[in-house]
Amino acid sequence: MTENGIGASVRRKEDVRFLTGKGNYTDDVNVVGQTHAYFVRSPHAHATINNIDTSVASASDGVIAVLTGDDLAADGIGPLICGVNVTSDDGEPHKAPAHPALAQGKVNYVGDHVAVVIAETLDQAKDAAEKVEIDYGVLAAVTDTASAADNSQQQIHEEAPNNTCYNWPFGDKDAVDDAFDSAHKITSLELVNNRMVTNPMEPRAAVGDYNSGTEEITLHLTTQNPHVHRLVLSAFNQLAPEHKLRIVGPDVGGGFGVKIFVYAEELVVGWACRKINRPVKWTSDRTEAFMADAHGRDHMAFAEMALDEQGKFLAMRVRTTANLGAYLSTFATMVPSYLYAFLLAGQYSTPLIYSEVRAVFTNTAPVDAARGAGRPEATYLLERLVDVCAEEMNLDPAEIRRRNFIPVDAFPYQTPVVQCYDSGDYPAALDKALSLADYEGFKARAEEAKSRGKRRGIGLSSYVEACGIAPSAAVGQLGAGVGLWESAQVRFNPTGNVQVFTGTHSHGQGHETTFAQLVTEQLGVPLENIEIIHGDTAKTQFGMGTYGSRSLAVGGVAIAKACEKLIAKGKKIAAHALEAAEGDIEFADGNFSVAGTDRSMNIAEVAFNAYVPHSYPEGLEPGFDENAFFDPLNFSFPAGTHVCEVEVDPDTGEVEIVKYSAVDDFGRLINPMIVEGQVHGGIVHGVGQALLEGCRYDSDGQLITASYMDYAMPRADNVPSFDVDYAPTNPPDNPLGVKGCGEAGAIGAPPAVINAITNALGIKHIDMPATPENVWRAAQLAL
Amino acid sequence: MLTVSMTVNGQSVSGEIEERTLLVQFLREHLKLTGTHVGCDTSQCGACVIHVDGVSIKSCTMLAIQAEGSEVVTIEGLASDGELHPMQQAFKDNHGLQCGFCTPGMVMSGVDIVNRNGSDVDEATVRKELEGNICRCTGYHNIVKAIQAGARNMGGQ
Repeated sequence: MTENGIGASVRRKEDVRFLTGKGNYTDDVNVVGQTHAYFVRSPHAHATINNIDTSVASASDGVIAVLTGDDLAADGIGPLICGVNVTSDDGEPHKAPAHPALAQGKVNYVGDHVAVVIAETLDQAKDAAEKVEIDYGVLAAVTDTASAADNSQQQIHEEAPNNTCYNWPFGDKDAVDDAFDSAHKITSLELVNNRMVTNPMEPRAAVGDYNSGTEEITLHLTTQNPHVHRLVLSAFNQLAPEHKLRIVGPDVGGGFGVKIFVYAEELVVGWACRKINRPVKWTSDRTEAFMADAHGRDHMAFAEMALDEQGKFLAMRVRTTANLGAYLSTFATMVPSYLYAFLLAGQYSTPLIYSEVRAVFTNTAPVDAARGAGRPEATYLLERLVDVCAEEMNLDPAEIRRRNFIPVDAFPYQTPVVQCYDSGDYPAALDKALSLADYEGFKARAEEAKSRGKRRGIGLSSYVEACGIAPSAAVGQLGAGVGLWESAQVRFNPTGNVQVFTGTHSHGQGHETTFAQLVTEQLGVPLENIEIIHGDTAKTQFGMGTYGSRSLAVGGVAIAKACEKLIAKGKKIAAHALEAAEGDIEFADGNFSVAGTDRSMNIAEVAFNAYVPHSYPEGLEPGFDENAFFDPLNFSFPAGTHVCEVEVDPDTGEVEIVKYSAVDDFGRLINPMIVEGQVHGGIVHGVGQALLEGCRYDSDGQLITASYMDYAMPRADNVPSFDVDYAPTNPPDNPLGVKGCGEAGAIGAPPAVINAITNALGIKHIDMPATPENVWRAAQLAL
Repeated sequence: MLTVSMTVNGQSVSGEIEERTLLVQFLREHLKLTGTHVGCDTSQCGACVIHVDGVSIKSCTMLAIQAEGSEVVTIEGLASDGELHPMQQAFKDNHGLQCGFCTPGMVMSGVDIVNRNGSDVDEATVRKELEGNICRCTGYHNIVKAIQAGARNMGGQ
């Protein structure tokens, strides 16, 4: 290991600019002559639009244009798309109702985009927006996930009878039913996976700038995947040809999935800047973010496990209704299907699994991927069900898990739900987590708490997740419209420093440091001489962006492959310069040397020779600049056990997390400090879901959690510090030996927290969020 | 329109503003000091925390004109002579930031917490005092560590 290479907790290269106010987020971008956009949004959850009168607004001070869906349609700008097909049980593709960026005749959720006002100042745009007169014909609203598909419900889209997007069965139903028929015991559980608003701290924003001379649109966006944005906006929305559209995702203030998608505002800003031939800036306020960012989760599920006398899992059966909201967001269809059902085996050797997913439309904001995306929902369901099984079989929760773990010698392990796990050692993580949590000592702590009138509970969650998304052929077979490889270009400059262009995008993950560590390890160039460049389609080659914990596991490998090409070329150059055979050249620590001699040259000298090829191998191209693409062989399967210990005050319903221990398998760690930070953040995201966060619409479809006053985000005094450790295995399917770590905490935490609360109160189940009121009510009944 | 004058990061500034202009708008839009961020509309998230006359305030909840004649310090004014402030250094050393968006507010709040609670401020106090600053990335663990480390560094000045 070099000093700052793989395994070192290097302090982050990106920090100084963020700590001194020198970050460059989209709202910090100002273009000379820019105008400001403000969206007129539907106040109704479901209504026809009988008329829009923009005349008063258009004449308002400072207003440049008031644009509606008619203008958009007249200019041939296409509707927003969903990029993944799911085939319904009737053999038909999922139902995909039109999703115009500005409403055409109808609105389908509160916050739906009706018109945009563009003015010289934001205040003028807001003032004028109040003067756009819209005649709505209000319709009944559908908001409830469980009943959305009932015959009695109002129809939302003509194309989707019974408000159903798809019914997606998966697995061998007959075999599973047979296993249930002959089982020793059947355990069942009904549960809700609460709707969340993702809430990165930076609200979404867009700044569009059209150059009429070059006919190019430059669009600064809060995006996790600039090239995906460019591709979709170009190919499907006809905004501009790809080569005339530049997407810049500068510093992005958190994503967690919600900045993957192509949104109405982004398309409208890009279109409007050309239409008015002035730069246009739009920044979401927080209430708009609550209304119109894609939401996450929102499942109702009924799960059953068939067990034998020893508590071995024989079969699992799951029925799920997933709320996709009013329209299909960019990847909405795949979240409750492929990203969910394919995770239902978890860490267990359950041989038979059958899942039915019904995806429904409602008059709520579109729902799409949010940190974990489908995997938190699967893990919560499974790990809660396992705890109920333990209770009903009178087994310790750790013991029932141990009895059902996939054995260490069974890897690679083909699950009954598509995924083939390449590596894992689940008992090792469990043992380490129990020891870290002092599981043995829990009884004494619980008794001590009881003497103070409190109730202690301890909860386990043994999760596995599938990330590093994903092998292109695999996702293609499933109906994805894209390949999911990643790209890298590693470019030496003549003076020996290195610029690395990656198709991934960093919005808090610290890639500028971690990726530089990879390069310094491999090429021996000092860390300070390596710059990681991402987030600008005019600078970086096509790449797929960052989501699904894929950046290191996929993008990092592409960088490593490009470095390998440089070393191979460097050997030819060094051999020529050192007057040796290429086969005698060795490379280590940044130096090419002739084996068995003291003759060597540094990689920076090799780079210089490549750019100044006065004496150079015959036939070899000049330049020291290589690119590589990597299409992963498999998903990445991080796993671990989290243990949460809570103390419940039965008189107030308050839940205090007194100890939280996490032991994860992320394979090889490149920067342990950054990995640990990802774990902390993921856990708190999961704790937020378990204890605090819940997005609510009333029966009229009004969003009643539309600010931080009424949507409870986890704050510093809601959580403790964490005990984090690792139980790594070496994933053979990943050339760097790494696994993704960005979502694991949000996947592992919710069941650990809820299992601790049910344990404390001696109850079968409590739905998330386990707010003080909900816990107090449960405690009143139970104690 | 009004004319407002104040000292920002040691420099006298003034500007012509609409009456309704918030202090954060004045900083970001008039002075182009974009280090101070806006993360919500309800004075909850703390991304906009700055110091006015030595006390931390949420600049989204104060009119620019209310700062007339005041001494304002923003995240851009914390480091001196190219050296990070001890609190900034502590955030870097302790990985107290990820995406960086809440960070300016966290650092400014951190300095204020130490000013009011001393260099040996304990974890529980830091967590309670951070109630007005929301972070989605870090899980607070390293922010709390950073503020305690920053407190020790500031105490040693």
